[in-house]
Amino acid sequence: MMEPSAYLLLSGILFGIGVAGVVARKNVLIILMSVEIMLNAVNVAFIAVGSSLGDVTGSIFAFMVMTVAAAEAAVGLAILIAIYRLKETIDITELSILKW
Amino acid sequence: MVGGILNYLWLVPALPLLGVIVNSAIALFAERPLLLAEAGSEEHGHGTSLHGAGHHAAPPYRRLVAFLGPAVVGASFLVSLLSVLALAARPAHDRLFVQVLFPWVTAGSFDAAVAFQLDPLSSVMILVVTGVGFLIHVYSVGYMSHEKAFARYFVYLNLFTFTMLLLVLGSNFLLMFVGWEGVGLCSYLLIGYWYEKKSAADAGKKAFIVNRVGDFGFLVAIFLIFWTFGTVDYPEVFARIPGLADSGVLTTGVATAITLLLFVGAVGKSAQIPLYVWLPDAMEGPTPVSALIHAATMVTAGVYMVARTSPLFLLAPASMAVVAVVGAATAIFSATIGICQNDIKRVLAYSTVSQLGYMFLACGVGAFTAGIFHLMTHAFFKALLFLGSGSVIHALSGEQDMQKMGSLKKRLPVTFTTMFIATLAISGIPGLSGFFSKDEILWKSFSSGHGHVGLWLVGTAAAGITAFYMFRLVFLTFFGPSRMDPEVEKHVHESPYSMTVPLMLLAVLSVGGGWIGIPEALGGHNYFEAWLAPVFGHGAEGAAHGGAHHSAALEYLLMAGSVGVALCGIGLAYYLYRGRPEKPKEIAGRVPGLYDVVFHKYYVDEIYDAVIVQRIVNGSIWLWEAFDATFIDGIVNGVATIVSGAGDRMRRVQTGVVGNYALSLLVGAVILVGFLIWP
Repeated sequence: MMEPSAYLLLSGILFGIGVAGVVARKNVLIILMSVEIMLNAVNVAFIAVGSSLGDVTGSIFAFMVMTVAAAEAAVGLAILIAIYRLKETIDITELSILKW
Repeated sequence: MVGGILNYLWLVPALPLLGVIVNSAIALFAERPLLLAEAGSEEHGHGTSLHGAGHHAAPPYRRLVAFLGPAVVGASFLVSLLSVLALAARPAHDRLFVQVLFPWVTAGSFDAAVAFQLDPLSSVMILVVTGVGFLIHVYSVGYMSHEKAFARYFVYLNLFTFTMLLLVLGSNFLLMFVGWEGVGLCSYLLIGYWYEKKSAADAGKKAFIVNRVGDFGFLVAIFLIFWTFGTVDYPEVFARIPGLADSGVLTTGVATAITLLLFVGAVGKSAQIPLYVWLPDAMEGPTPVSALIHAATMVTAGVYMVARTSPLFLLAPASMAVVAVVGAATAIFSATIGICQNDIKRVLAYSTVSQLGYMFLACGVGAFTAGIFHLMTHAFFKALLFLGSGSVIHALSGEQDMQKMGSLKKRLPVTFTTMFIATLAISGIPGLSGFFSKDEILWKSFSSGHGHVGLWLVGTAAAGITAFYMFRLVFLTFFGPSRMDPEVEKHVHESPYSMTVPLMLLAVLSVGGGWIGIPEALGGHNYFEAWLAPVFGHGAEGAAHGGAHHSAALEYLLMAGSVGVALCGIGLAYYLYRGRPEKPKEIAGRVPGLYDVVFHKYYVDEIYDAVIVQRIVNGSIWLWEAFDATFIDGIVNGVATIVSGAGDRMRRVQTGVVGNYALSLLVGAVILVGFLIWP
């Protein structure tokens, strides 16, 4: 049995970095990477808690999240390429036509 | 015991209904397309209403309508006659036949069926409605022959006959009300028959709206009757009167309220003060309509209703007094207006109002039999007078002003003779129908327990005035030098047989119609009173003879008095309009104020207009401009403005910048998590 608090702290820091990236950066590519960081922060937390409880559910969930993350990255990058072809930019502030 | 022809009583109203169905199919699918096509092709044509149709080949459907319209009413008359004969064959106490066709409204304890009731009272009414109605239908075929909308006219006329029969045959108050509204509708439709003419359309509306006032009273009275008696069936209601009166439910106050409200309805329909103003304007309709609806049948519905509810009226002496006084006042008031009118139909209209006043006077003094008797004889001679005036108008190409008539006696012999007979009858010349019925009313208004010498004086005075203005009409129309337009005079012609034969038949009835009610004082038997006795019972008669017993000598004296007054009126009319034709103008010039007031019908229309109509119109305009356009529209528009304004502000939340959405997601998540892990 291991103490998960250090891992959870790591997970929290990673998640915070991800959030900050998503909110603050303008480059869509960076934002997608930040999302990946957030997902992996969650993975760290799942595995840490699962291992401390001796339960494999946490690990299974981590695999699930990786799968979803891979799919999400694929779809996100595809959209990104399409947008870039259309607008010739990937600056998120330029992509604001979806409004009133 | 039920049997024979009485089982076919439903045919009496059903036959005119058949006419309505067939004729309206013709009017809608044959006549209307034709009229529309014609209106389209001669957009700028010259369409006068009376002679516009021209004489080119009449469309074939007109002959079918001309046959069917009168035929259904004639057949209905035959069924009525056979039914009444079957009823008369029964013993007097058994003369009530109710035919329930089907249940109509059933809700809780309320139950009204479509049921027809034949008793002596309704048999008199159906004979008058179908008999006189048939003659007027026949007459209409000739009179309306130049009209384009021929089928539409007969649809309305048949519909009127149907609803009128519903009114008089219905066995409960609700069915009577349906008929009541139906005849009102037909009256409106027929007054506005020439709806392209604004005055006709306005007159129709006026009749309809004024009648609403009365109908409101009638409807409330029906509610009160149901509330008090728990039923609206005539036999049931009248059977429960003694029990409810004993148990204190039906107090004099309740009876007075019910009867006064019923009388409000009667005042509207039968054109009594203060709601008589619509009837003279109703003369805008075709003349046969005036004869049928506004003289012989519909306007007498109020009298029928009061007579039908006579057991209730007898419980309310105050209502009886109101009825008698309103009747007497109307009789003399409208008679005086009749003196100064120059439009031949308006004279007859005021005369009708006046004669209806007589009928109410009779009902008010408890002489319901006399009222119904006068209703019947009046239907004969007033229908004849109207049809005669229609014949004159027809001959003069639509001229109605008596000042542009004269010397028509030789030119229109049949019209003159028949109208002269009717004039003698309405004036109360002994031997003719009007004498017996009018004298019966005057005698009862003097002798009955509810009567009063004042009522008799007013009635007699009105009789004198009636004789005066009727002979004024005859002298101006038929005697003296011709005052016609030369162009009109060239076309003067006696009417076709379809018009003169009904005139002759009505003339016979005007003479002989009174002989079934010759009073015993004159050696007669008064079959009419005996016939109606099962309906009105001897309650009214008991009251009539409740006071001192009056001698036959007194009756002769009063009779002689009223005949004398009538002869004075005739003599005066002869002196003024035959002997010294310049006199009337001279007299009018001597009292210009009084003449003006009477000539303008006492300015009643103007007063109503200023006091009621203009107030309502102005109030409606205020409601429209100030209330509806500002307040109601303000609420609606205000809500819309608030919503769209709020939306305009709210939409700015949608910036389209993904970062903002991410931030708000984050804030939301933080708040949610904070909420969950809060200690």
